[in-house]
Amino acid sequence: MASVTYEHVTKRFGDVVAVNDLDIRIEDKEFLVFVGPSGCGKTTSLRLLAGLEEITEGNIYIGDRLVNDVPPKDRDIAMVFQSYALYPHMSVYENMAFGLKLRKTPKKEIRRRVQEAARILGIEDLLDRKPKQLSGGQRQRVAVGRAIVREPHVFLMDEPLSNLDAKLRVQARAEISKLHQRLGTTFVYVTHDQVEAMTMGTRIAVMNAGVLQQIDTPQNLYDYPTNLFVAGFIGSPAMNFFDATLVERDGQVRVETKDFLIPIPENRQETYRPHLGKEVILGIRPEDVHDPEYAPPGIQQARVKARVTVTELMGNEVIVYLETDHHEFLGRFDPRTGARVGSAIDATMDLDRMHIFDRQTELAIR
Amino acid sequence: MVPLSTYIGQILTMLLAILVGVGGIVALYVVMDLLIRLLPDKAQQRIRPWVYLGPLLFILTFYLVYPTLNTVYLSFLDKHSERFVGLDNYIFTVTNPAMRVAFRNNLLWLVLLTTFSVGLGLIIAVLANRVRYETVAKSIIFLPLAISFVGASVIWRFVYAFKPAEVPQIGLLNATLVSLLGAEPVGWLVNKATNNFALIAVGVWLQTGFCMVVLSAAIKSIPTEIIEAARVDGANGWQIFWRVIVPMISSTIAVVATTVIINALKAFDIVFVLTNGNRGTEVLANRMYKEMFHFRDFGRASAIAVILLLAIIPVMAANIRRFQEQEAIR
Repeated sequence: MASVTYEHVTKRFGDVVAVNDLDIRIEDKEFLVFVGPSGCGKTTSLRLLAGLEEITEGNIYIGDRLVNDVPPKDRDIAMVFQSYALYPHMSVYENMAFGLKLRKTPKKEIRRRVQEAARILGIEDLLDRKPKQLSGGQRQRVAVGRAIVREPHVFLMDEPLSNLDAKLRVQARAEISKLHQRLGTTFVYVTHDQVEAMTMGTRIAVMNAGVLQQIDTPQNLYDYPTNLFVAGFIGSPAMNFFDATLVERDGQVRVETKDFLIPIPENRQETYRPHLGKEVILGIRPEDVHDPEYAPPGIQQARVKARVTVTELMGNEVIVYLETDHHEFLGRFDPRTGARVGSAIDATMDLDRMHIFDRQTELAIR
Repeated sequence: MVPLSTYIGQILTMLLAILVGVGGIVALYVVMDLLIRLLPDKAQQRIRPWVYLGPLLFILTFYLVYPTLNTVYLSFLDKHSERFVGLDNYIFTVTNPAMRVAFRNNLLWLVLLTTFSVGLGLIIAVLANRVRYETVAKSIIFLPLAISFVGASVIWRFVYAFKPAEVPQIGLLNATLVSLLGAEPVGWLVNKATNNFALIAVGVWLQTGFCMVVLSAAIKSIPTEIIEAARVDGANGWQIFWRVIVPMISSTIAVVATTVIINALKAFDIVFVLTNGNRGTEVLANRMYKEMFHFRDFGRASAIAVILLLAIIPVMAANIRRFQEQEAIR
């Protein structure tokens, strides 16, 4: 059981900065998820922690111990790789026992731990098989099993679910979450899938271009994205963005786009007043754009005239593609909606849930 | 200078041969296919594969199976292939002192050539995998493979060259020994304690490159994540090599080793050029050549050939079986 600290960690490959000044403290027993698009530095961050890459600048601590120059085997970590990286010449049992054997663990103890892990993961019947004889889901379990028998202080997982089919992935997601609760160990998990990040992490670190964008709990990340990148990356379908300007009309601060002018709720007037005249980006999530007939009661709303271009029925909701003269945006409508392709509609926005970003710095104005 | 016109005739003949050869084969298949089409549908399906395989089977039989069987037959006849002598030729091969030396040396070749070629090849492949000048290093090791056995033997004749102590040494080894270490020159190819090893060393020099290239490709095909998993699991470099890399490329090692074993059994050129089997360096293939072309003893030569064949069969069989197993896994 240990915390993990990245202290101003930078990693360069030649001229390329893969990780830039990463500064995070991961608490003991936390499930931290690194998420971001490919090439954002999330895997490199994990590999730095594993000791598979050398740190260019900064320090990494596991617990209180500085591990910059400690080889992977002495870091007391276990890792699950994207490809599972099972040893093809060893049986499932041998795969799981390998790390313990190298550490000269007594045979009896190895047997006990492997069987215990196999029981937790439901792979007791597979212990004599070779990795080739297993399905993708089974291999993934073995890879996890190989990590848990070691009883490490920190679990590292590098996109462990990306090779599974969609259904299995949902199931495995829940299993890993359960495993985390059961073991009570620190997990550091890398994924490009924001759904995985949202569902599994106790905190999420969003990265882009080697730079940490925001680290927070899933709900905070979703509700209060700190910048345009996080706002656009977290959430599916992605947040709608409109180029806009903050203007004053009748003594009230308002947001004006090329096509519409909408008010700003009373409680945020003073926040935005200093920025009057500034070029901003208005962000609003699709679920905060409603059919006027079915808008939830009691919300502060603004109506925008729009045309419906496409509708996608999902069963529980309808994704409606809307356009105004200069903008296109999405709404997640109640399935009872009367919106039909080609019809005009008063798209109803929930003003309390809008986001305003500085167009220059791309940071949220709060 | 030979006038160009003499070549033109040859070139034309050659082109004609290619044309007739290739054209003939094509015509053969076309005509046979036409004939098959005249048959009823069911018969067509059954006969077609045999017709296509036919020419190949015929050639294989005529150039491979028949000579083999004939050799076996000859090995039971006397010197001039006139009289049946039973097992006499085989009794000769196991009782004759020169033959015993040849057997011993072939065993020596088998063990040492295989061990050193495969071992060095593996070590170099692993080491080269870790350095930046890998391609250069591997190219240099690989180069000797491009040289014929005879050519290599001529080169090594100079390396091993031996002159009496008072004369300047022109051989690389002896020159080094004498001028740098001040030691007495060694008759590498004459001295019975060294000559077999000197010959096998030439073979190792030639074969290591082959082993290295094949093993290197196998090592490179191991996913990096597996090596990294082993590192995280706690394996040091040595343990990764023995417990992960070697087992994972074991089938390649076996294929390479069997290839080298077959080459060791066939060892001939190096011995023929450097010592001609004198002073205790005889090997079976060279002995067979001598029996055949020096002593004109078809019976004994055939008997040795049969023994070599028998020695190679199990190795080949193991190789083929392994190959099939691998195919089955895929």
